[in-house]
Amino acid sequence: MKWSEFFVTGEPLIYAADVAIVLTIIGIVFVLTYFKKWKWLWDEWLTTVDHKKIGIMYIICAVLMLFRGGVDALLMRAQLTVPNMKFLDAQHYNEIFTTHGTIMILFMAMPFLIGLMNIVVPLQIGARDVAFPYLNALSFWLFFFGALLFNISFVIGGSPDAGWTAYFPLASNEFSPGVGNNYYAVALQISGIGTLMTGINFLVTILKMRAPGMTLMRMPMFTWTVLITSVLIIFAFPVFTVALALMTFDRLFGTQFFSMANGGMSMLWANLFWIWGHPEVYIVILPSFGIFSEIVSTFARKRLFGYKAMVGSIVGIAFLSFIVWVHHFFTMGAGPAVNSFFSITTMAIAIPTGVKVFNWLFTLRKGKIRLTTAMLWSLAFIPNFVIGGVTGVMLAMAAADYQYHNSYFLIAHFHYVLIAGTVFACFAGIHYWYPKMFGHLLNEHLGKWAFWLFMIGFNICFFPMYFLGLMGMTRRMYTYAAGLGWTPLNVVATIGAVLMGIGFIVFCYNIYYSARYGERDMTGDPWDGRTLEWATASPPAHYNFPVVPEVTDLDAYWAMKKNGSGYEVKEEQLEPIHMPSNSGRPFLISIAFFFAGFGLVFKWFTLAIIAAIFIILGLILRSFDDDDGYYISVDEIKRTERLARKGA
Amino acid sequence: MAEAAHRYDETMPLEYRTQESRLNILGFWIFLGAEVALFATLFATYLVLFQRTGSGPTAKELFEVKDVLIETLLLLTSSFTCGLAVFEMRRNRLSGLLTWLLVTLLLGAGFITFEIREFIHYVHEGATMQTSAFLSSFFVLVGTHGAHVSLGIGWMILIIIQILQRGLTPRTARKVFIVSLYWHFLDVVWIFIFTLVYLTGMVI
Amino acid sequence: MKHGKQRGRKWFSWLPLSLLLLLSGCSENIVVLNPKGPVAKEQYDLIMWSIGFMLFIIVVVFALFAAVLIRYREKPENADYEPPDEEGNTLLEIVWTAIPVIIVAALAIPTVKSTFALEKPPRHDVKPLTIHVTSANWKWIFSYPEQNIETVNYVNIPEDVPVKFKLTSAGPMNSFWVPELGGQKYAMDGMETQLILQADHPGSYMGRSANFSGKQFAHMEFEVVAQTQDEFDKWVKEVQQTAPKLNKEKYGEILKPGLVGRMTFSNTHLEWVDHAKQNSHHGDDEKRNDRHGDMESDHYEH
Repeated sequence: MKWSEFFVTGEPLIYAADVAIVLTIIGIVFVLTYFKKWKWLWDEWLTTVDHKKIGIMYIICAVLMLFRGGVDALLMRAQLTVPNMKFLDAQHYNEIFTTHGTIMILFMAMPFLIGLMNIVVPLQIGARDVAFPYLNALSFWLFFFGALLFNISFVIGGSPDAGWTAYFPLASNEFSPGVGNNYYAVALQISGIGTLMTGINFLVTILKMRAPGMTLMRMPMFTWTVLITSVLIIFAFPVFTVALALMTFDRLFGTQFFSMANGGMSMLWANLFWIWGHPEVYIVILPSFGIFSEIVSTFARKRLFGYKAMVGSIVGIAFLSFIVWVHHFFTMGAGPAVNSFFSITTMAIAIPTGVKVFNWLFTLRKGKIRLTTAMLWSLAFIPNFVIGGVTGVMLAMAAADYQYHNSYFLIAHFHYVLIAGTVFACFAGIHYWYPKMFGHLLNEHLGKWAFWLFMIGFNICFFPMYFLGLMGMTRRMYTYAAGLGWTPLNVVATIGAVLMGIGFIVFCYNIYYSARYGERDMTGDPWDGRTLEWATASPPAHYNFPVVPEVTDLDAYWAMKKNGSGYEVKEEQLEPIHMPSNSGRPFLISIAFFFAGFGLVFKWFTLAIIAAIFIILGLILRSFDDDDGYYISVDEIKRTERLARKGA
Repeated sequence: MAEAAHRYDETMPLEYRTQESRLNILGFWIFLGAEVALFATLFATYLVLFQRTGSGPTAKELFEVKDVLIETLLLLTSSFTCGLAVFEMRRNRLSGLLTWLLVTLLLGAGFITFEIREFIHYVHEGATMQTSAFLSSFFVLVGTHGAHVSLGIGWMILIIIQILQRGLTPRTARKVFIVSLYWHFLDVVWIFIFTLVYLTGMVI
Repeated sequence: MKHGKQRGRKWFSWLPLSLLLLLSGCSENIVVLNPKGPVAKEQYDLIMWSIGFMLFIIVVVFALFAAVLIRYREKPENADYEPPDEEGNTLLEIVWTAIPVIIVAALAIPTVKSTFALEKPPRHDVKPLTIHVTSANWKWIFSYPEQNIETVNYVNIPEDVPVKFKLTSAGPMNSFWVPELGGQKYAMDGMETQLILQADHPGSYMGRSANFSGKQFAHMEFEVVAQTQDEFDKWVKEVQQTAPKLNKEKYGEILKPGLVGRMTFSNTHLEWVDHAKQNSHHGDDEKRNDRHGDMESDHYEH
């Protein structure tokens, strides 16, 4: 293999990226060595099985990926601002929109939400950790190394370029030679295994580890959404696992699943992809709904309106999400009967979603609405998401979709629901739970600036796209001709995108600024919260709760506060707490996965097999591992709790 | 996790006694649910592609009843002996448990041997997984099942070693129980393979 | 934070957008909303019908949202107010479930009707014209089997006559889209889909591929020219008499990845291959069974 096939050559931007990557690695190594933090890194982060730390790591990765995906977006917008722009050629544009989509959904939205799930859910149900902490760590590191594998593609070998949907025959070897789409098949497979494990982990955690008195119908809404999302993950991700495996076989071993020869059927890929793909978007939206429910309720100082209906609607949405997938390809000639069926099921999903919107509005009604940054993000979600939602109903009408499909109308729709839905929720959630994560608050002034810039920029960027679609502009075009009348709206869209970028920068600056000057959270309950996570210190002790709380009502902590005592612990109640041990194996096994994946991508099968042997070795060691964890003594608990209270 | 993991319940069978075990077993059942989704997808793929034989052989031309019957006999019997192993475990009879576990594993190994021979036979006849969509989906579906069985055999060996080293504890009992769930699951999948792949292929 | 200013800014962000709506709505460029044929018109009617309901929903939700925010915002005046402990209201739940169900039904019925209707020609008193469309990287090939002529990257049709486009592909999936005349349908290897379009008047209509198919996908434009029946017949005759013949070699050249511009022929490739009836590499086994796939490094062309 030639160097120029291994390293991406001939592009100044790529060379700059190479240099930046090398310098960053050197910088990190230098800082860690200079401050003698290697042991700290290993003990505290690389080997942790603590859900709170794992959650923070997920979110750090997600924010980095938001940056990368956002840069991709800005590059695309720059290229499309005016007709016949020569900023990016077709090949680069195609790689950039592919990585943009893949990164934003799989390496930004998923880890951000899974990170918040990790931090919050055990605390909300009064548990000390998830059901399978070791597996949890493995989930994170598999995600991390899968994402790393995907991300290096743009400097080593070349990025995938067939779209995040990777339709065949385009994604086959014949039309996408090179390793780009191998990265897609392999990296997503590795990360996907991590996600599947997360689904199993949280389902068991929520079913089996709730504090006494917390029946299912007394769970916080965020926990409910995580429960249902876990079920979605468990049933949807295996479909993607198979699809990616079949893609791998076609590309690496010459099978005929999706080929244009010998019985292959490219339509099969589209079906398998979307049978996973549609539940996937609900996997990223349901936890978002849960986050909004928490924040709206807290900052309206009012319990969530229509709890039962909210639970019912999540279940309804989850069920329906499995029977709508054909709406992603109404135009693939399925015939009017099939298209009609899926039109109806797709429109039906709008019904439980609408129920939720009204319940949120009525939660606000008669409340006392406090406009913190988290609340602003949550409030802005409502009108913006509804715009995305109603255009979704329009798209669901098959005969009309024949005009909307794959146009900018579609792009506008899904960005409205994904950004106003998921991204707003991520920002809202991080502002809301930040004190719980780090012990200090994010600055409200900066937070509001970031919000307004981003939210307004988002509307300016994507609203014109509805019209561009109706003007005949299709998605994934790297350029367009002059004289079509598309230019003015494209210029407007680019301006909006720039505003979003600035908003993101302000958000990042907020993180830095608050780390230095942020207001400390001394009580653990900065918002006068309603759910159990606010009963712990900020950040919580390693073991979360010194004594597992008894739950008597929905909004457990609110009830405790109303009944006078809040969450109080008498030292006589304390018992030694059993905690799981740290382990370096998840980290190391995942590195093996990375090399196995790398080997598969480049068809270096020896490397892949050797790495696979290490994976199996890791599993064998785990099997023989009878480490039973350790106990935190009552004395240590007393000391920790007294210290926390002293700070209050 | 916490002290709940050691909430010991004497009234339950050995493998269910600790909270940790109960969580693990539930988690494994859910994992099997995901595996159902996985195999369902492989079956759906097979059913969509099995008549698309291109220029290659059809199922009727390829499959032979004898091989398939032997494989089925071996695997189904191994599922029975696996049940016997758990039966012995419940009666705290270590030697019985180990014996039947070993027999299960050997029958499984026999199944794999015959399956590999079957695959090699097809390849010699020019029916490889690259030949047609039918063969691609056949090899991947049946091969995935075979890979799962092979992993199960390795897993059982590990468990046998652990039982020899540590005896029958709540933890080792749980491991036996979980691998038996896995083994029975693979048996059920085989029944579907036998019916939807081999029987259907030899008839249609 | 000045709450009044915040509210004002929220409304502000919608001003430029509504302006946009106003301005663009009048533009001829919004081709989907300016149908030039009965198929596009049917889709346009459906779209307008749905926009009506969607606007209604948006108005209701936005109004409720604004009202609630304005009325229940935390102000110094209501600092002592403690919100009531409302669990919910079953009647409301029923109402705001039932109304969306009705709206969905109101949308679903015409949708199903149109979806079925679009499978048939918009008029039955005229014999439809059949044109086979083959997409290849990165061009469109139009074959007129009854007239035995073939064009590349442009297609002439008579006005007021339903045209049955039989779509297929010699490569990746593309989507045949002429927004002024109607919606799109995919063109796929080894399969044939059918799309029926009809133009009301003579004119030139832009067509493009709406499904990403690789590097030059953005340039897969083609022109649909609707002519009067006489002009069309004249043009067909002219092509039959003067256009060159297409042979297998030339066709192979055309199929090679790249852009070719317009071409016209007085026979069709259907004589020797119909990509709809077979996988495009039928019999081409050796190339496909490339297990040791060497790295093809034409990935980066500058």
